[in-house]
Amino acid sequence: MNRKNKVSFIISEIILILVTIIMFSPIFLAFMMSFMTPAEVFSFPPKIIPKSLYWQNYKEALGLVQLGRMIINSAIVAIFITIGKLITGILAGYAFANFNFKGKKVAFATLFITLFLPAETVMIVPLFLLMKSLGWVNTYYALIIPFTASATNTFLMRQHFRTIPMELSDAARIDGASPMQYLFKVLLPLSKAMIGGAALINFVYAWNMYLWPLVVTMDDKMKTAQIGVKMLIDAEAANNWGTIMAGTMIVLAPTLLVFFLIQNLFVKSLVSSGLKG
Amino acid sequence: MRKLTPYLLLVPTFLIIILFIYFPAFNSFKLSFFQESFFGDKSIFVGLDNYIDLFTDSEYYKVLKTTFIYSLSSVGITIFLAFLIAQLLVKNLPGTRIFRTLMFSPYAVSPAISATLWSMMFTPTAGLLSYLFQVIFHIDVDWLTTVPYAMIALIAATVWKMLPFDLIFYIAALQNIPDSILESSLIDGANPWTRMWKIKFPLVTPITFYLFIMNFTTTMFSSFGIIDIMTRGGPLGSTTTMIYRLYLDGFAFQDNGLAAAESVVMFGVMSVITYLYFRFVEKGVHYQ
Repeated sequence: MNRKNKVSFIISEIILILVTIIMFSPIFLAFMMSFMTPAEVFSFPPKIIPKSLYWQNYKEALGLVQLGRMIINSAIVAIFITIGKLITGILAGYAFANFNFKGKKVAFATLFITLFLPAETVMIVPLFLLMKSLGWVNTYYALIIPFTASATNTFLMRQHFRTIPMELSDAARIDGASPMQYLFKVLLPLSKAMIGGAALINFVYAWNMYLWPLVVTMDDKMKTAQIGVKMLIDAEAANNWGTIMAGTMIVLAPTLLVFFLIQNLFVKSLVSSGLKG
Repeated sequence: MRKLTPYLLLVPTFLIIILFIYFPAFNSFKLSFFQESFFGDKSIFVGLDNYIDLFTDSEYYKVLKTTFIYSLSSVGITIFLAFLIAQLLVKNLPGTRIFRTLMFSPYAVSPAISATLWSMMFTPTAGLLSYLFQVIFHIDVDWLTTVPYAMIALIAATVWKMLPFDLIFYIAALQNIPDSILESSLIDGANPWTRMWKIKFPLVTPITFYLFIMNFTTTMFSSFGIIDIMTRGGPLGSTTTMIYRLYLDGFAFQDNGLAAAESVVMFGVMSVITYLYFRFVEKGVHYQ
């Protein structure tokens, strides 16, 4: 390595370390703060490392609002949205990837447009009125059913199914397999990684939803964990950031843990869903 | 039977999107021409009144301006930083795996949690960031409750949240640039800076455009959680964006007609963006 390369190597490495510290510090500081006593939180200059693990914050966060119940709600909502999106996405993706049919282009465009119109935000007022007339306000139905299909998922599945050679499908048909048998016996087993990635992306999306759960649930028992965080800030009148950060950590943990464990799968699915072809 | 199969496969997806996206979207249009009667017992057709109210209200222009300042700065800064940092991450320097994992982690953080973390960083009494600004730049402000600092804090949180998404895509795009192109530019003696902006940047134009659209959508819609928790549209309405105003009108003031008209305006903005997307990305600007 010559001198010029060495300098560029060291500069690059330093920049990367700095950026990493900046990007990760809010999460790291929140984690540290969640174990600080109120005195440590408000000490000046600010402390970064707590003296000891002060678990009281976690107890308080769970007691202040019904955070435990809200986490269960979030889990139910996120799991059912994920399952729903996988089922609808696999079926529709299969239709677009493996069949030629009349109206395919129109159907595809109809779906594509929704990519840019997130339901939970743009038509939130009429969607809310619809829930009211169905009697779904304050129920799991309202939190789950409108989000059980999406363009992104369908396209992700379609992209993936298209990478599997059509010869397989022809061979299966000659062997007398029905289209559904081919889907379940051949395509799905070949798509496990992709389905796993899609499941992760959908789970994180559903777990992190905010605006829709905020407007469609009034009863504390039906609220989700994200709304719980907001309620925690409102309830913690003294702004004891130790307690707020403990609640934040509880809500953040599931998605962050999953992300750390299987980051590669996340990244791969994200890129293949985004790069259209 | 085989002929019918694809249609049956599409039924579940289309049932959901027609019921919960197209039908409410159509109702948004309809509602935007109506107003609740004084007693709230029936809707009265008022034609374009809601739109006229909206566009003769100087407050709404402020909301539009705020939305574009917030969106364009967040998106611009995120794309610029992501492109620069991605160059370093594709070099495979020692520790890259750890750098990537930690840098990407905000992707898994929700808008609401991001907002909570950044509120903590900016709080005057306990925030490390507030402290650093005091010590280094001698800026001693109440970040979340003063103009224009609240907007700056909001943009910081948004950029932090969006950056990982863009990084992931830029890394993939940069890795797809054929080595031969970069090698020939090396022989031609292009310096790294020129190489970065004159050769690599044009080659990743489709990704940049895709990211611009995706980030713009995020700042238009998903940013609601960040705003609601960090600033609640304040101080003095300086961080009230279109989606936040829509929420206030629709749910705090329960003016469905006006809120629907605001949805239609947001539809309009997104339609322009969608049109641009089809025009430039799907047609493939500069695809290798």
